[in-house]
Amino acid sequence: MTAPKTLAEKIWDAHVVDSPLADAARRAALGDDADDGVPTDLLYIDLHLVHEVTSPQAFEGLRLAGNSVRRPDLTLATIDHNVPTIGRDLPNPDPLSAQQIEVMRKNAEEFGIPLYDVFDMRQGIVHVIGPEQGITQPGMTIVCGDSHTSTHGAFGALAFGIGTSEVEHVLATQTMRQVRPRTMSVEVTGELGPGVMAKDVILAIINEIGVDGGVGHVIEYRGEVIRNLSMEGRMTVCNMSIEGGARAGLVAPDETTFAYMQGRRHVPQGEDWDRALEYWRSLPTDEGATFDKEVVLDGANIPPFVTWGTNPGQSVTVNDAIPHPDSFDEPTKREAAERALEYQALEAGTPIRDIPIDRVFLGSCTNGRIEDLRSAASVIQGKRVADSVSAMVVPGSGLVKMQAEQEGLDQVFLDAGFEWRDAGCSMCLGMNPDILAPGERCASTSNRNFEGRQGPGGRTHLVSPAMAAAAAIAGHFVDVREVI
Amino acid sequence: MEAVSNVTGRAIPMDRSNVDTDQIIPAKYLKRIERTGYGPFAFEAWRKDPDFVLNNADYDGAAIMLAKHNFGSGSSREHAVWAIEGLGVRALIAPSFADIFRNNCFQGGILTVELPEEDVDELMRRATDDPTTEIEIDLETQTVRAAEWERTFEIDPFRKYRLQRGLDDISMTLEYDADVAAFEAQRSPLFPTTSR
Repeated sequence: MTAPKTLAEKIWDAHVVDSPLADAARRAALGDDADDGVPTDLLYIDLHLVHEVTSPQAFEGLRLAGNSVRRPDLTLATIDHNVPTIGRDLPNPDPLSAQQIEVMRKNAEEFGIPLYDVFDMRQGIVHVIGPEQGITQPGMTIVCGDSHTSTHGAFGALAFGIGTSEVEHVLATQTMRQVRPRTMSVEVTGELGPGVMAKDVILAIINEIGVDGGVGHVIEYRGEVIRNLSMEGRMTVCNMSIEGGARAGLVAPDETTFAYMQGRRHVPQGEDWDRALEYWRSLPTDEGATFDKEVVLDGANIPPFVTWGTNPGQSVTVNDAIPHPDSFDEPTKREAAERALEYQALEAGTPIRDIPIDRVFLGSCTNGRIEDLRSAASVIQGKRVADSVSAMVVPGSGLVKMQAEQEGLDQVFLDAGFEWRDAGCSMCLGMNPDILAPGERCASTSNRNFEGRQGPGGRTHLVSPAMAAAAAIAGHFVDVREVI
Repeated sequence: MEAVSNVTGRAIPMDRSNVDTDQIIPAKYLKRIERTGYGPFAFEAWRKDPDFVLNNADYDGAAIMLAKHNFGSGSSREHAVWAIEGLGVRALIAPSFADIFRNNCFQGGILTVELPEEDVDELMRRATDDPTTEIEIDLETQTVRAAEWERTFEIDPFRKYRLQRGLDDISMTLEYDADVAAFEAQRSPLFPTTSR
């Protein structure tokens, strides 16, 4: 009998092309060099997602070296970071963005890579479109030159963010050299209260483990709360694994996963579906498998969270006040809190509810899916955005937008005074026209509250879609549980 | 990639934890399609503060950057490494690095050295008190020295092997073409393709 394995270990082991230290003959042949050898594994990559920002230098590298793309049929490109979310039929207002988008098109064409271009209904944020098309499946290895690639882990895939040199490596070889990760279990027990969303769960987890708590690890999210999350919710949780420092995050596939997948374009059909199911059902962590690190949270004790600082771990619950820097024992945390409060123009002791906001951003690869839009719409139905607030909804893909419009959600948002935009990364990262003005304060459903992330001088508070919607109406943070 | 054997020089004390890649290089500069030229934009927002360490001319051209926990967190942008390289930095010393950033440094031949926090603090003190302080990182012996002060560090042997020889990752992997082909031959046909 083989030793019990975790989900991540099963996927890893099934994708090792070459692990030189396990090969005694080659070790011997290497002689002295064997000890300096190659303990990193060469992993086969099942899916490589590409976008316009982190790929141009990789394609240029291929050309300079005379290499080709080994498996264009396992590669998929889209354009998401640079695209404006209004006026798509007009020329891109930024010539550099326009050039980067054009270069993506040329590279996709030259190397034969399928591209969901700006006017394709399937275009959208790279981490929304994979699952939507059924290209993201359990047991796969997935990489993308984007740190939020961990999103795909919601399906029980092992999904890593990589840099541009590694993008070039995967394009050329369909493999990647990686040090075997450590494993970490984050179990969320019990049941969430009403109005508490997946976003609150992951903010609570990051608050607990810290922004570097997962460094070197792949996190498996487990427990009743995770099992009861929809696929959209699981994607939100896995998406922010990197915000806890983890290399990847995943959830074991189950009936919820299979129900979401069935019938999607790239998912196996008929007998193949049954055979695939058999494989997928073999993936969950074995009884008796151990993790290098284990954390347990009680879901019943998770309220809505709001970040107050400039990293995703600097958060409190909506009914708390901004903490005093002196309340942190560690000097580095104290200094970080002081700096964050200065940047955010906030005073310790201020109740979160008393913080007025200027902007609301609903979207991103964290919270730009249909369920996110539904939950926000249910909060604002029949209400108006506060006069002092400007609010926008940016669906995660063209298909999310279409579905929302079929459900009439666009009208709910428009009636309330939200702007209804086209799909893209938008105000999550300040690479397109959607940015905060210096000093503006935003309730955002995105994933990072770093200084200047949403535009130089902008101030970000990360919240769930329902919390963002409630804040848009009130003009300041409110406990969404009191308004639903 | 050029071979790396040791890095010697003055060191910039970047005395902040969790420095994220959005600070190292803001997103608006990621629109460029080149690999070089990011140095002038490194830490752009923080440079507006006249007291920021990079505005101290004593550290201009320093070969080493000293940092705190979880340096390079956040976005996977390799532009962050290119920006730091553009400052002339060839090695970083910190108690911990974010995983993707560290991988990216390795790809670009930038050495990342992890030392216990108190050791980094000691180097940080020396570099702050006297910006002419020279630090030497010797890859072969895995040693960091500053005058009489000396510590050893751990490094993944594969990384060391590659850095010392200046080997290109892709050329190395292409030698495993037959292994990759054999893997593909037994790979399940049920996995999706993007082209259909």
